[in-house]
Amino acid sequence: MTLLFDLALVAWLIALAGHIAMTREDRNAIVAFIAFGLLLGLAWVRLSALDVALTEVAIGGGVTGVLLLSAEAHLRKPLAQDSAQDRPHDGRRRLGNVGTIAAALASAAVTAGLALAVLALPTPAPTLAPVAAAALDTTGLGNPVTAVLLAYRALDTLLEKVVLLLALVGVWSLAPDRTWGGAPSLAPAVAPEPLVYLARVLPPIGVVIAVYMFWVGADAPGGTFQAGTVLAAMWLIVMLAGLRQPPDTAHRVLRLLLVGGPALFLAVGFLGFFIADGFLSYPEPIAKPLILGIEAALTLSIAATLAMLVAGPAQKAPEP
Amino acid sequence: MTSLATAEGHFTATNGYLLVLAVMLPVCAVLAMLALGPRHTARVALGTLAVGLAVAVTIAVELFRSGTGLVYAIGGWSPPLGLTLRADGLSAVMLVMTAVVITAAGLFARAQHGLDPAMRDGRAPTTFWILLMAIWSALNVVFLGEDLFNLYVALELLTFAAVPLVCLDGRAETVAAALRYLMFALLGSLLYLLGTALLYGRFGTLDLQMLSGMQASGPVVSVALALMIVGLLAKAALFPLHLWLPPAHAGAPAAASAVLSALVIKAPVFLILRLVLDVAPPEAARLAGQCLAILGGASILFCSVMALTQARLKLMIAYSTVAQIGYLFIVFPLAAGTEDLPVWGTIAWTGGALQLVSHALAKASMFLAAGVIAEALGHDRIAELGGFGRVLPMSAAAFGLAGLSLMGIPPSGGFVAKCLLLTAAVVNGHPWLAATILIGGLLAAGYVFRVVDRALATPAAPLHLRKAIPRRLEIVALALAIAAVLLGFVPLQPFGFLQIGRAAHVTVVAP
Repeated sequence: MTLLFDLALVAWLIALAGHIAMTREDRNAIVAFIAFGLLLGLAWVRLSALDVALTEVAIGGGVTGVLLLSAEAHLRKPLAQDSAQDRPHDGRRRLGNVGTIAAALASAAVTAGLALAVLALPTPAPTLAPVAAAALDTTGLGNPVTAVLLAYRALDTLLEKVVLLLALVGVWSLAPDRTWGGAPSLAPAVAPEPLVYLARVLPPIGVVIAVYMFWVGADAPGGTFQAGTVLAAMWLIVMLAGLRQPPDTAHRVLRLLLVGGPALFLAVGFLGFFIADGFLSYPEPIAKPLILGIEAALTLSIAATLAMLVAGPAQKAPEP
Repeated sequence: MTSLATAEGHFTATNGYLLVLAVMLPVCAVLAMLALGPRHTARVALGTLAVGLAVAVTIAVELFRSGTGLVYAIGGWSPPLGLTLRADGLSAVMLVMTAVVITAAGLFARAQHGLDPAMRDGRAPTTFWILLMAIWSALNVVFLGEDLFNLYVALELLTFAAVPLVCLDGRAETVAAALRYLMFALLGSLLYLLGTALLYGRFGTLDLQMLSGMQASGPVVSVALALMIVGLLAKAALFPLHLWLPPAHAGAPAAASAVLSALVIKAPVFLILRLVLDVAPPEAARLAGQCLAILGGASILFCSVMALTQARLKLMIAYSTVAQIGYLFIVFPLAAGTEDLPVWGTIAWTGGALQLVSHALAKASMFLAAGVIAEALGHDRIAELGGFGRVLPMSAAAFGLAGLSLMGIPPSGGFVAKCLLLTAAVVNGHPWLAATILIGGLLAAGYVFRVVDRALATPAAPLHLRKAIPRRLEIVALALAIAAVLLGFVPLQPFGFLQIGRAAHVTVVAP
């Protein structure tokens, strides 16, 4: 029965991937891509990687989908005006075909190489899972994934959060000089009634789910990134429905919120020089409270960063 | 060989905190800038430049004094579970080079932003400082990291800091160039990550030291390394994956171009070096080295000719970058070690390292000089630059001196580097590579003299400066060019400092 399910899942994934690559309609492809992200989440569940599954659904299906859809909406606007001029010339289309064939060949080569390599991988696979589980005691955590992210490989996590902030700095830098520091604009002139209703009902539930995900992450699948994504989605839906305006990107509170998580992480990291064994090491008795504190701040920072990433560059001049 | 290489190479953890500072200081600056807002950005950046430069120099001095490398286990977790930072001789040289070029670019940018006080706290300057600090941190992690996934994060940090720099001026063509750069860079990241996952599936560790000790071989290793190296080549812009580089590097503001061309593309080159040298089994390393050398040679010839045909100064300098990167890849077959002589004891190894550093200094100087010219004249069309040497003598001198290094004419770091590589090519019996080095030098002379000739020409109508250029703007480029020339006075022999922390490998690799 499970084999049948797995086979169906794999067939579905491949068919969807083919559809995304083949379809000529952008919005169609994006919707299929979101579905692909959800299905891929299921595949991760089947591989017992629940943390990866949650992240894949939240980021691969959710945030990326929203970003793609809003990009598509932006592209649609100018094209509608002068679609006659923008039609690709024959030469360009031929170049496009060559490009498509080259991309297909390169992808096929990479796939063949991957197949060759994956079939040659040793079984049972060498793994660090037992080592990671054995070292859990010193961190006070129950979820080895959280221990990997916040203790064993804390430097990676810290730097990734900085990458996220930089992506936001990059997006903000695309604003024209006169609006830089101002607010992005998200809501359409008239928000549809069902969206407004949803934006009133959903956030309380979403916030509770996010808090649960963050809290349970210490001992079970879940954690900062997933919780942050849910919070971001709640904030976005409120802004999309026009119930709250997005803040100025130069707003001090927003900036402190963005920086707070990574800054606390870094501060605790440096504190390790004085109260533990060095940079990013936690003293054993208070390891868990420290980690939870960092995670709480990170969750808020991630939520703010992701929401502002989707909101995009500033479109209104900053308030004085 | 010098006494340093024969000494038992090992690593010490005392003062390892210096490595943490090198990596984390710029991150602190990024967070502080975001929190404090535009008015304090430049001040935070300049303070960080001073402290960061001091940290990099202290690390190098520490290595030189003790003759051993530095290592630091983050959080006290040792590999394979945890991450370490390690500095050997080569990484220390990279750290100092990075600090010097970043500081120079920062001082130049500070002076340039001063030309337009109304915009000093505006979008472009503020974003520039944040991205510059992020690039610095990313580069330091690349040079110090020992874990393949940690290095992946560093590459991502580098990409997300470098791409917005390209389109800081906001023109549509630079945004298009940035987008193309992003596509190539993300493709590279993806391939690198695939290879990393495969290596973990095969060995259960991502630590370069442990992988090196495992004497890895087999189909998984070959596929993984092939994917990773191709991905890194896309980021390093080696021919034929260089298409994104010229518009991206030519369209960025001068200080950003200098950092991108001098430093950012060196990070993937450094990682390819580590993969081929430390992870690849000997036969695979030989094969990869030959392929890389062929591409490197093609890069030198093709892109030097392209540089010759460019009408715009910054595009010419950008094509020259791709050509000069080619030299770093012909090092691989030339530096083939033997049982008695490890790779890092060969003259080609020293030559390659010198080429890396002297190109960084010379290219940063050239881009900054070109930035002064564009700022003063309002354009960078080479044909219309006649006589710019009279109005901007210091920038013309900087361009000429930096050109010496690219051509490989004494006295310059480029001369010593190319001389060592040429000697290695002749001694090891690689006549084609020797010919490529010589032809590349001639072509470089062609494109440098084209500009120098314009500088010395008598203009039909006297050139008018669009605005007064303060001396401190010009002096930065000249200082970098002089540093590239001074590199030409290092002795022509394997450089002992580059072998610090490397001798340990000999005992592991030898049968």
